[in-house]
Amino acid sequence: MIALAVKPSPDEIRRWLEDVPDPEVPAVSIVDLGIVRDIEWRGDTLVVGVTPTYSGCPATAVISIDIVEALRRRGVERVRIETRLSPPWTTAWISDAGREKLRAYGIAPPVEGAPCAGALKPTAPVACPQCGSLRTEEVSRFGSTPCKATWRCADCLEPFDYFKSF
Amino acid sequence: MTTSPSQNLRFEFALRMGDNALILAQRLGAWCGHAPILEEDIAMANVALDLLGQTKLWLAYAAELEGEGRTADDLAFLRDGRAFRNALLVEQANGDYADTLMRQFLFDAWHLPMLEALQSSSDPRVAEIAQKSVKEAAYHLDRSTDLVIRLGDGSEESRAKMQRALDDLWAFAGELTTPDATDKALAEAGVAPDLADIARRWSAHAEQALADATLTPPKDAAVRKGGKAGLHSEGFGFLLAEMQHLQRAHPGAAW
Repeated sequence: MIALAVKPSPDEIRRWLEDVPDPEVPAVSIVDLGIVRDIEWRGDTLVVGVTPTYSGCPATAVISIDIVEALRRRGVERVRIETRLSPPWTTAWISDAGREKLRAYGIAPPVEGAPCAGALKPTAPVACPQCGSLRTEEVSRFGSTPCKATWRCADCLEPFDYFKSF
Repeated sequence: MTTSPSQNLRFEFALRMGDNALILAQRLGAWCGHAPILEEDIAMANVALDLLGQTKLWLAYAAELEGEGRTADDLAFLRDGRAFRNALLVEQANGDYADTLMRQFLFDAWHLPMLEALQSSSDPRVAEIAQKSVKEAAYHLDRSTDLVIRLGDGSEESRAKMQRALDDLWAFAGELTTPDATDKALAEAGVAPDLADIARRWSAHAEQALADATLTPPKDAAVRKGGKAGLHSEGFGFLLAEMQHLQRAHPGAAW
């Protein structure tokens, strides 16, 4: 355990959290996903505000543990994770770097329309993450995790996950 | 600890919302590994997961309002049947896939407008939970509406199954949109919307979708209700036995 002489700044801590992968989509970090909402010192305790992606996402508990462990390794001993429900998470908060990492990993990043209730279908074509073709179609509205749907490409014939615009 | 009337009212409301989500999630979870096609197996498990997540938010709030030191888990796993406040619709047996789908459609068509209205609740916590849940409910309704239309306006067999499911379940849907004294007090306090507004939106969506599906709702069916007051159907005890068995047999067991 490293003893910290000075409290690291929230910006520095945010950079550290860029190394914490999402447990279910490890290609992207929790910072890329936009679920780390705020970081602040309250006395000697570091408070990290985290928002769930989907309300039932089973990764939420693991993410809290991963944050605490990552910060302990950096010498921050007193960490409190607080859940932020409002404003609710939207895929519009996924960073550009995160979108590129998703694509490189084989997951089509969300196509942002108006990310609100009733407008969950992509408003623009979803590009195949393998070959880039726009001739793609939805196979199933759900997929391997709550945040994804199952699609396939009519050109390269590969099935792929689409990270739903939400 | 004594609670104010307003706190009791909101406790009751959080239970109603949470129990609807919990019991439907429990029913849907039983399909895992048994659905007619893989995509629907995944869909039902995911819908169940969303509802279970929402359950945690509602029941955690209920537990706080009650102020007796109980947790969301205590409320889910250690309450007896008469203390559950879900509508009868969500506890109806899975039956076949048509029954499960029709139950989901009738519920989703209520859930979405309800959550949309709750986003502007006078209770900030209720508003926050609704804002979190509403996008999930929109996706659920999108799916169940699409499937009801495809299977209703489908083959002779699929249409017959969907019509039978509608005939069996229609009478249970009204409980969600028929206000009792608690609903009226909640609407007066601005915590929840006037259910008459939700009923109008529910009817508008359901009637259009069912017409597109070439299905006909039964005429003059009496509303079957009781769940909101804790009076449940026969199968409910079996559902609770399965859902609560582990915590009852091994109190405090954890992963």
